[in-house]
Amino acid sequence: MAQQLIDQFAARLPADRRAAVYQSTKTTHEKRTAMLFDQFAEPHRLRALAGGIKQHVLENLDTLLPAVEAKLQANGAQVHWAATAEAACAAVLRIMQARGATKLVKAKTMVSEEIALEHFLAAHGIEALETDLGEFIVQLDHDRPSHIVRPIIHKNRREIAQSFERHGLGAYDDDPQTITRRARQFLRQKYLQADVGLTGANFVSVESGRLVLVTNEGNSRFSLAAPKCHIALVGIEKLVPRDRDLGLLLNLLARSATAQQLTVYTEFITGPKAATQPDGPEELHVIFVDNGRTDVLASECRAILRCIRCGACMNVCPVYRQASGHAYRSVYPGPVGAVLSPLLAGKKFPELADLPKASSLCGACHEVCPVDIPIPDLLLRLRDQGKRAGAPLAAAGTPPMGAWALLASQPAAWKAALLGGKIINYLPTKLLPVPPLRAWEKSRTLPEWRGGEFRRWLRHRTTP
Amino acid sequence: MLNAERKPVTGKRVQLMATCLCDAFYDDVARATVEVLEHAGCTIDFPEGQTCCGQPALNGGDWAAARKVVRHTVRTFAGEDPVILPSGSCAAMLFHGAPLAFEHEPDLAAVEALGRRTWELLDFLVNGLGLTSWPGRYDARIALHRACHARGTGSLPAALTLLRSIRGVEVVEFGELEQCCGFGGTFSVAFPHISQAMGDLKLEHIRAARPDLLASVDMSCLMHLSGRAAHEGQPIKIRHVAQILRDALASA
Ligand code: SF4
Repeated sequence: MAQQLIDQFAARLPADRRAAVYQSTKTTHEKRTAMLFDQFAEPHRLRALAGGIKQHVLENLDTLLPAVEAKLQANGAQVHWAATAEAACAAVLRIMQARGATKLVKAKTMVSEEIALEHFLAAHGIEALETDLGEFIVQLDHDRPSHIVRPIIHKNRREIAQSFERHGLGAYDDDPQTITRRARQFLRQKYLQADVGLTGANFVSVESGRLVLVTNEGNSRFSLAAPKCHIALVGIEKLVPRDRDLGLLLNLLARSATAQQLTVYTEFITGPKAATQPDGPEELHVIFVDNGRTDVLASECRAILRCIRCGACMNVCPVYRQASGHAYRSVYPGPVGAVLSPLLAGKKFPELADLPKASSLCGACHEVCPVDIPIPDLLLRLRDQGKRAGAPLAAAGTPPMGAWALLASQPAAWKAALLGGKIINYLPTKLLPVPPLRAWEKSRTLPEWRGGEFRRWLRHRTTP
Repeated sequence: MLNAERKPVTGKRVQLMATCLCDAFYDDVARATVEVLEHAGCTIDFPEGQTCCGQPALNGGDWAAARKVVRHTVRTFAGEDPVILPSGSCAAMLFHGAPLAFEHEPDLAAVEALGRRTWELLDFLVNGLGLTSWPGRYDARIALHRACHARGTGSLPAALTLLRSIRGVEVVEFGELEQCCGFGGTFSVAFPHISQAMGDLKLEHIRAARPDLLASVDMSCLMHLSGRAAHEGQPIKIRHVAQILRDALASA
């Protein structure tokens, strides 16, 4: 019986990695839940409201995008549209080349991972340095983030200290404060040398054209302090209609992501430096990135684009906790990734068609999602899509259901199978009422077969 | 979380869907369901042609196969009476999963209509019939597993209300209540390692609370957990909530 790739990955995951992921996700999830239910009377209604706002955005992107473009331009920003990852990378390069820029510092943005920007820029002789501590460590190690909020959730501080030593950032010392101080010293210089600061945006208000950035390390502010040019890479779904929507969304985002009332830094950027301001970037470029999003929008899974990247779904997910993020082989791991990654893969959907299978459909992700995305329903839709596409990766481990469905729609055959259950081991597994019993028995003991007993009892008893 | 919009219950005639697990393994749970419903004054109709709710195929991704089984179920449970299942997960299949798989089908309305009169047993007793307590005595410390398909439905609060009203019952708390047991139907076969690890974590939390027995509104979770415990040589006692209600009646 074929075992799914993510399960194989989980089985090979070193115990200390799993323990690190498990502890961190569990703690964050529990704090998040306590905080939300402590501070709000009905968090579920807030989630539904936030989901409604984001869904409204998705359904009105055709008018909201031109509106935000006009607003941004009125604020002095330059707006670019990138249909693909390649186009987005090329836009960044064009902006940099026009300024003769060669050095870029980068605050955390998932879109830049998605379009593999660092790799592209390096090929053009441009250094793009990560300034978020976690992403910085990932970059040093040529590793990949394993969580969208905590990129190094899979690493312990001993590994980090070793890699700092390897990269000449000081002799081995795994004290977290030392690690942070060393990274800070190294990055300070880089901030000053950089020509361009690149960020994402957590939200963009259509009403005011404000870009909203949240961080805990203040690195996005530093990234925009010295450089004269700011590039923001923004997925087209990041809009909110009004500034006042931010009140709800920021409150939910920080609590859901890190169990904070508010992140340490929340920046509102309304254009490049004004003539009256002493400093700041003189140019602001906003690159709106599609990269497969309009296809998702046209699909029955469009609700996944409400996502505000808080990571709560992966924190609560029992599968993520066992497998960790790299098991998902894509930029977005966990429940959100199991939906989004195969969809963004476009024609390469079959290569990630197993991701939607990596769920017991327990619904914990939906229950915590601050924008109320019905992730289990979307996973089910993608399973159906995988089956119809005949994707072998999706099929692994799932017994064929055709014969079973035939049996389960013919009462006489069904009853015969129930009675025949005593010869359970001689029947092909797919003919049993519960398809996968045989494989199941490897690690569990089956209860005694009692097929037909209830119906016999019901027939023969004297009704009260 | 689940779509559980329900038609108000007017009469006391119900149709029973035993579920394939009770048909094949847990006949006593189906019996207890009958006895509990009868105690609540219901008259029970058991359509002989019933098979399975179709969930294995829906979750397995074979929606064409799932629809075939659902159509059979819709035909088998014709009429207007509530359909009662001793399983949160099979009930959710009929009121949530099936309509999802029929979104673009001409017979969606019939599937939705069945969904609106489908109830998990405990949800029905408390939120359908309006019971607030249950008579009798049952001496046990009970760990109540939160079956995932009861998320967002009335089943869990209902089970707690009735269990707590029984003399002698103590419901014990245990850690990580929101976490799944790791069954997930075909998930447990395609993801044997993760499924097992999830089950073991759940068992660890339950054992730490030292209950006399583990209860649920779903036999599938209990089959998985008790199967795992027995395989490890440390069997645990399991009971469907219906069995506890039925047994409590003996001393009412
Ligand atoms: S899907 Fe929901 S819970 Fe998951 S990261 Fe996105 S917003 Fe957060």
